Amino acid sequence: MPISVEEIFETASMILYQNLDIRTTTMGINLKDCIDNDFNRFMEKVYEKICSNATRLVKHAKALEIKYGIPIVNKRISITPVSLIMETHCERKKFIEMAKTMDRAIEEAGIDFIGGFGAIVHKGLTPSDRMLIESLPDVFAETERVCSFLNVGTNTAGLNLDAVNLVGPMLRETAKKTRDAIGCAKFVVFANAPEDNPFMAGAFHGIGEPDMTLNIGISGPGVVNSVVEKNRDCNLTQLSEIIKRTVFKITRGGELIGRELAENLGIPFGIVDISLAPTTAAGDSVANIIEAFGIESIGAHGSTLAMALLMDAVKKGGAMASGNVGGLSGTFIPVSEDTGMINAVKKGLLSLDKLEALTSVCSVGLDMFAIPGDTPDSTINAIIADELAIGVINNKTTAVRVIPVPGMKAGESVDFGGLLGEAPIMEVNKGSAAAFLKRGGRMPAPVTSMRN
Amino acid sequence: MEKELLFITVIGGDKKGIVAKISNLLYECDINIEDINQKIMETYFVMTMLVDMKESKFSLEKVREDLEKIGEELKLKVQIQHENIFKMMHRI
Repeated sequence: MPISVEEIFETASMILYQNLDIRTTTMGINLKDCIDNDFNRFMEKVYEKICSNATRLVKHAKALEIKYGIPIVNKRISITPVSLIMETHCERKKFIEMAKTMDRAIEEAGIDFIGGFGAIVHKGLTPSDRMLIESLPDVFAETERVCSFLNVGTNTAGLNLDAVNLVGPMLRETAKKTRDAIGCAKFVVFANAPEDNPFMAGAFHGIGEPDMTLNIGISGPGVVNSVVEKNRDCNLTQLSEIIKRTVFKITRGGELIGRELAENLGIPFGIVDISLAPTTAAGDSVANIIEAFGIESIGAHGSTLAMALLMDAVKKGGAMASGNVGGLSGTFIPVSEDTGMINAVKKGLLSLDKLEALTSVCSVGLDMFAIPGDTPDSTINAIIADELAIGVINNKTTAVRVIPVPGMKAGESVDFGGLLGEAPIMEVNKGSAAAFLKRGGRMPAPVTSMRN
Repeated sequence: MEKELLFITVIGGDKKGIVAKISNLLYECDINIEDINQKIMETYFVMTMLVDMKESKFSLEKVREDLEKIGEELKLKVQIQHENIFKMMHRI
């Protein structure tokens, strides 16, 4: 059956008027084969492997943008978690040199972010893991494009509170050393981190991955918003159905481009991540979808149900469209990158507590939110621990990207510019959990993990 | 040789010279027009052309740029996309 004018118009409108794009194509690169006792030689091999492949990624992605007329907004690189490959070079200055090498390699290729300067520490920390965390404030101060992550919990290992307790002080130092605390925007702390997540800042190339892989992250809040707007009167079952159908189509588009790009690069195709990822562009907001459901503002009572319905429909549509769904595949509700979220916080209609509730039903985590600079370390750690406990107990990925902005108080606002947007400083609960967190240790794995 | 099929989509108001200008460009590039359709969709005038680029003298990048120039001149949106994206999104 020939493609009809209606179908062509639908696809063209998604791109021209509803901000449909491929949000990211992320090439995963294994760096274990670069390890060398000679540190200089090690760095040369890392530079060469990243730079040459990143350059190919940019070239081939651009060719597909032209072929399909669909923007591929970000081309990015994720690598083997750095603490793993630095075990025999466990010195602070070498970690910083490693980060600078990564930074230079992708700058040369014309790429804006590289992920994987991180560690997997849900059961405990090796000397290399500790050194990596210690080096992070300087890494963020001395590089522009390097992103970092820590995985501090899983549903089968529990939650490593000792590792969580290292994060607050590290973020505070990073906030001091980087303009507007922007370094904190490049760090994500996870429970159940996926090894094939294509989205920054938490992307890394997991140890179960092949030498190279190509992962793709689709987007399209504007497209979903548009169909919801056109169907104001339908009930929840019908609403779920129309979202599913739309997400099916955009995921198929993403799958086509991911497969073809991987083939052109001569590397295996990894996964399609079907997360709805907002930007501050007009009409590209996840919060606006919730509002189009009939809720006055995201954060109002009813938002959690709306978010649950949205994400479930997105997942169902995406799962039918691709046999390779992976990564985070949730919905992102970063405060600073979504105009609807920013407005809701500014109007006092979205609190940190409600944001946490929203993340429990479906979304990936507490993302890109700013808190007062004088928030105690123990409170930052407690915010992280609470969010990650949701992930550990409910067998899902949760993550935190929090920005304590020095000198700022609740009600003020910090503008990061560009992709990272504007973050209103959110009110934090004044009660202390310091004595609880001081206990340290590891929360045991939940009983639901015992499945053997 | 297999056909290299792409869709050109023109969206905007109905204006004189749309078909003429685009057809002329395609002729100069040695691109064959396989099918043309047009319709009023929502409030937009929409025209689609299925074209075969297998004998095109110019790269897709160049053709895209030239089509975009025509779009700017006539204040219309002009897109060119390989047919696979439509097949993938609209056919199972």
